[in-house]
Amino acid sequence: MAYGPLSGVKVVEYCSLVSGPYCAKLLADLGAEVIKIEAPQGDEARKSGAFLRDEPDPEMSGLFLYLNTNKLGVTLNLDSATGRDTFKDLVAGADILIEDRQPGKLEKLGLNYEVLKQVNPSLIMASITPFGQDGPYRDFKAYGLNTYHASGGGYVLPAASPNADREPIKGGGYIGECDVGSSASVVIMGALYWRNAGGTGQYIDISKQEAEMALERVNIVRYYELGKSPTRYEINRIRDTLLPCRDGGYVMVVLYPEKQWNGIAEAMGNPEWMKDTKFNTQKGRESHFNELRERLREEALNYDTMDLFHRVQSKGTACAPVCSAEQVVESPQSQARNFFVEIEHPKAGKLSYPGQPYQFSKTAPQDNHGAPLLAQHNEEVYGNRLGYSKQDLVKLREAGVI
Amino acid sequence: MDREALRGIRIADFTWVWSGPLATLLLSFLGAEVIKIESRKRLDQTRQGTITTGDSFPDFNASPTFNNANLNKKSVTIDLSRPEGAELAKRIVAASDLVVENMRPGVMDKLGLGYKDLVKVKPDIVMLSASGFGSSGPYREYAGFAPIFAAFGGLAHLTGYEDGEPNTMSGVMDLRVGTASAFALLVALIHRQRTGEGQYIDLSASECVSSLVGAELMEYSMNKRSPFRRGNQDSIMAPHNCYRCKGEDKWVSIAVATDEEWNALCQVMGAPTWCMEEAFSTVYDRWKNRADLDNHMAIWTIGYTHYEVMTLLQNAGVAAMPSFNAEEMLSDPHVKARNLINDVEHPVMGKKVVLNPSWKLSETPATVKRASPLLGEHNDEVFGGLLGMSEGDIKKLEDEKIIY
Repeated sequence: MAYGPLSGVKVVEYCSLVSGPYCAKLLADLGAEVIKIEAPQGDEARKSGAFLRDEPDPEMSGLFLYLNTNKLGVTLNLDSATGRDTFKDLVAGADILIEDRQPGKLEKLGLNYEVLKQVNPSLIMASITPFGQDGPYRDFKAYGLNTYHASGGGYVLPAASPNADREPIKGGGYIGECDVGSSASVVIMGALYWRNAGGTGQYIDISKQEAEMALERVNIVRYYELGKSPTRYEINRIRDTLLPCRDGGYVMVVLYPEKQWNGIAEAMGNPEWMKDTKFNTQKGRESHFNELRERLREEALNYDTMDLFHRVQSKGTACAPVCSAEQVVESPQSQARNFFVEIEHPKAGKLSYPGQPYQFSKTAPQDNHGAPLLAQHNEEVYGNRLGYSKQDLVKLREAGVI
Repeated sequence: MDREALRGIRIADFTWVWSGPLATLLLSFLGAEVIKIESRKRLDQTRQGTITTGDSFPDFNASPTFNNANLNKKSVTIDLSRPEGAELAKRIVAASDLVVENMRPGVMDKLGLGYKDLVKVKPDIVMLSASGFGSSGPYREYAGFAPIFAAFGGLAHLTGYEDGEPNTMSGVMDLRVGTASAFALLVALIHRQRTGEGQYIDLSASECVSSLVGAELMEYSMNKRSPFRRGNQDSIMAPHNCYRCKGEDKWVSIAVATDEEWNALCQVMGAPTWCMEEAFSTVYDRWKNRADLDNHMAIWTIGYTHYEVMTLLQNAGVAAMPSFNAEEMLSDPHVKARNLINDVEHPVMGKKVVLNPSWKLSETPATVKRASPLLGEHNDEVFGGLLGMSEGDIKKLEDEKIIY
């Protein structure tokens, strides 16, 4: 496993797809020992693309490879009594359990917090589910799309739409699901700090809807300011303005506060029209936004994307190119900061992975390893750590438990 | 019971605008004491005006935006541009566990408040600097706001309609960065708890965004291709979209992964003949013909409200949820039952509705304890109480506009 500030922290992950695995990945990448439990057929994420060289192999899914770096992988069938006992053995040695089964599922298996607490009184257990452990929607089914929209995050997208003719959308990629994992990582660390400071273990109920809603904290302010719900049209315009450039790329500029506007004007050579009273106040820019945007767009077509980016930034004001995956990977900034790290995987080989957005001065993580193959660490974990004998392992395999 | 996970942890908070304040907000929910160090001379942008309408607030103590990002915190006012001000801030740092700041890289150093200065007054301090592009590399001095991180980090390119322009979303980006910041701070705090060692953390907001779309970035690493935006679509599931419902601008999201779910959906819709067509018979067929499928679906959903579709489909085991607007969120029975909405009494604005923390902890509940502070509201408490300064000394610094 990686070495880092969380070295020595032991985590059991019983999750699939994105939210739970992303949360545990954040811990694993900083040195925590994460044992990922998969059902014998494997995490659903293994079926999702894109696949390396477009080979739909469960060991070659980019989604799975990314979300499971630095973890140990074991398989376990919880439908068998032996499997459930093994689960308890794993949890007995853990500081943290992260699980994402439907509410009530673990209770039916006799593996709910009340039971696990007997096995390990100092356990921190976090459950990540679409709507939490209680309330009228507790048993509802929801995929990432549904929780995103149920959080209010989708209704305001695409921001700055011309009208409401088209459907609201979710954020790109797996952003909402990763947001949940990120939110969970904070509260789990808080709970660990408290436990280590003389507190106890505890149970944490995390609702995906709420974690995503929390990101839209601003939405409520806007609701009261506007006296109606914010939508994907009519508002949120002065803040983010997208400008297509001569070479087909885009830059994003921010027209608020005043300093920003001044910097952009200067970067574009202070064209005469910008001095118009319609545009030289914040209020004016908001009320004549459509005309303003058209003018700015015309102006931006005189520049290539990276040129305009550097021009605006050189005035001390904010601007960025809209980057594709290629541009993120190849950016001189990512490269200078070594944001991407090479990680070796037994089947996928050496690939460049997005690394961590935080650089720790004293505890730089090192020795990254790739995501586990299905059942890769069964012997190491069950044999070496839990002390099962070779014969036990053979029996467990024959019985379909691992 | 009055237990809090981070009770006893004090944060010297030099952050402003959104992403930094949201990091310390999350830690305050967990019980940390946050002392926000601000000044009349350098007013937090969110105290001044609103991005929603471009209006300025009548009073910098009457900003609902500021209120939301700074609940639970204390406020002291210090002019950091004066050496005596920086010295005073250092005394707060000396009594703190964490320092958080999101000025442009280099500014804290210039003020004499860089990590190397602070570690002298508090050897085990944990300090996090958050900036748009990180504090190293060719763009380190470049300015960043939320839409900038979204664009540079790779998310904007992936968000939007397939035939539309990229989209940077809204202020959610700031909380994304705030969340990653809070996590990094807690990790360093846990390391300090175990080893006694503090450290410095350099966080790049753009990289926070890149981490959240890491799976998409992998596609370039693996196959030298950049994925594109595609609205609500999934790479396997169909239907997987928002469909218009009865009412004005009302929508329901529906996602179907398996044949079992598909059959259940068809039953609820009354098993229309189009459902039986070859074009929709397997998961892959449905995905391939998703545009036609979406058209059929929309004809059915428009006959119902989004709540009706939700209930009909959820009862049949199909994932369906309304695309809620803010008003619906505030009144939704589940949100209410989960106690997610709170109101706090603000001395100037009166009762304000805010969101509670989104985590439910069994032993150390995360809570909103009070409204955001007025500017300098805690000067006496912090300078007098925490630092033990005399009334005379405080008065003198006020007169000299060091405390300002």
